[in-house]
Amino acid sequence: MDKINHALDEFREMDALAAQDSPIHRMHPLVKLLITLAYILCVVSFHKYQLSALAVMVLFPILMFQLSGIPVRTCFYKLRIVLPLVCAVGLLNPFYDRAPLLQLGNITVSGGVVSMITLMLKGVFALMASFLLIATTPMDSLCAALRKLHVPSLLVTLLLLTYRYVTVMLREVSVMSDAYHLRAPGQKGIHISAWGSFLGQLLLRSMDRAEDLYESMQLRGFRGEFYYAEVPKCTAGAVAFALGCSAFFAAARCWDLPQLLGNLIT
Amino acid sequence: MITFDNVSFSYESGAPVLRGVSFHIAPGEAVGLIGANGAGKSTIMKLLLGLLPCTEGEILVDGVRVEKKTLPQIRRTLGFVLQDSDSQMFMPTVYEDMMFAPRNYGLSKEEAEQKVDAVLAQLGLTELKHRHNHKISGGEKRMAAIATILAMEPKAILMDEPSIALDPCNRRTVINAINGMRMTKLIASHDLDMILDTCSRVLLLSGGQLVADGSADEILRDKALLEANRMELPFCLSGRH
Repeated sequence: MDKINHALDEFREMDALAAQDSPIHRMHPLVKLLITLAYILCVVSFHKYQLSALAVMVLFPILMFQLSGIPVRTCFYKLRIVLPLVCAVGLLNPFYDRAPLLQLGNITVSGGVVSMITLMLKGVFALMASFLLIATTPMDSLCAALRKLHVPSLLVTLLLLTYRYVTVMLREVSVMSDAYHLRAPGQKGIHISAWGSFLGQLLLRSMDRAEDLYESMQLRGFRGEFYYAEVPKCTAGAVAFALGCSAFFAAARCWDLPQLLGNLIT
Repeated sequence: MITFDNVSFSYESGAPVLRGVSFHIAPGEAVGLIGANGAGKSTIMKLLLGLLPCTEGEILVDGVRVEKKTLPQIRRTLGFVLQDSDSQMFMPTVYEDMMFAPRNYGLSKEEAEQKVDAVLAQLGLTELKHRHNHKISGGEKRMAAIATILAMEPKAILMDEPSIALDPCNRRTVINAINGMRMTKLIASHDLDMILDTCSRVLLLSGGQLVADGSADEILRDKALLEANRMELPFCLSGRH
């Protein structure tokens, strides 16, 4: 099925993006992981009415996009399914919180509208930061970074194997779906009457395939601890970058930078 | 190198899959394991590798009894090329897949890389090194799967249908690669022409029993024996070409 093959290709494209070369790609994965965590924590900690203070946080993803050479449109294309869901989170706020908060010319903006936009931005920023981390760091390196943070080996291995097995499962779905459609011409999707057996078969096939893969790993010396990728050395530049980012996050969190700038100018 | 001594096996509450199978494979020998579907070929491989528990009889690999506590040692000795290369290759690139076993066995990155390069050069696959597993052809994938096992430097190699679903050219490449290996080989296959090309000895299984054990030339020319066990003469000996 075209859609599934497309999904598989998209999944593999993430590997290809992570394999590119740029200052951000070359940066120690632990540094990138910590910066991203700090960014997300900082973003979600803004108060629901701190819209202008939050807006300045967009500078971090912009900087990362510039330095990594990853096109912004790729990010939004990859996140196209989840972004609307994130944006939908605060949709009801304008109905519950109608107290006027801002006056933009003749337009009165209620607290609900501001909090809705703030929530949307928080979601979008967090997603963009996560995307940038994954798009600039191979999964093996990310797992190596998690191990350096002493995340239990079991969890990290589980994460890595899940990542690997997703493609295996998608491949099975693709084969089964092709077989179905070759014998069900004219049908758009899979008919509801076949869902049960389709999912059951998918589960069984995926389990068989996963078992084969696991046996193959065991036969090649796997003892439960994955050998993770060699990570590059943590350079002074990376540390400086991390410190700079952290300082910016802290400043953006403590002061409303756009307002301060506005006060300076006026 | 490999000894099966009166081994029987059955799955839980099922009919016996193997019944009193005994044979010995000497170091450096190339042995073909043939038989109809369900004859017990894969079960023999799985028992050897400890993927199935040996409940009756004894299996020795390089003088070591196959049991739970010796599995790491057994699996260090034996390399297994699976029938389905997609199940074998799980890392993103050929290089990473080949590095997997040597690094698991404690080799440094440099040592492992040297091994990987040597195996790739030996098989003429150097250009595949950094290719993504999902972007190489079926024939290349089969060769890469063999390469991942050779990078382990096993003392013996087991192969399950190594020539299945390959075009004649890729099939010949795999056969040449097998003939270029100097270690002990046990090859399970229905491709009797390939067995004839690669093995000096054949074990014929039928209904879970070893019904013939002898030179490949002798057994694979025995039309009556093969047909009695749901097989037929190799194409090159059938007089039809």
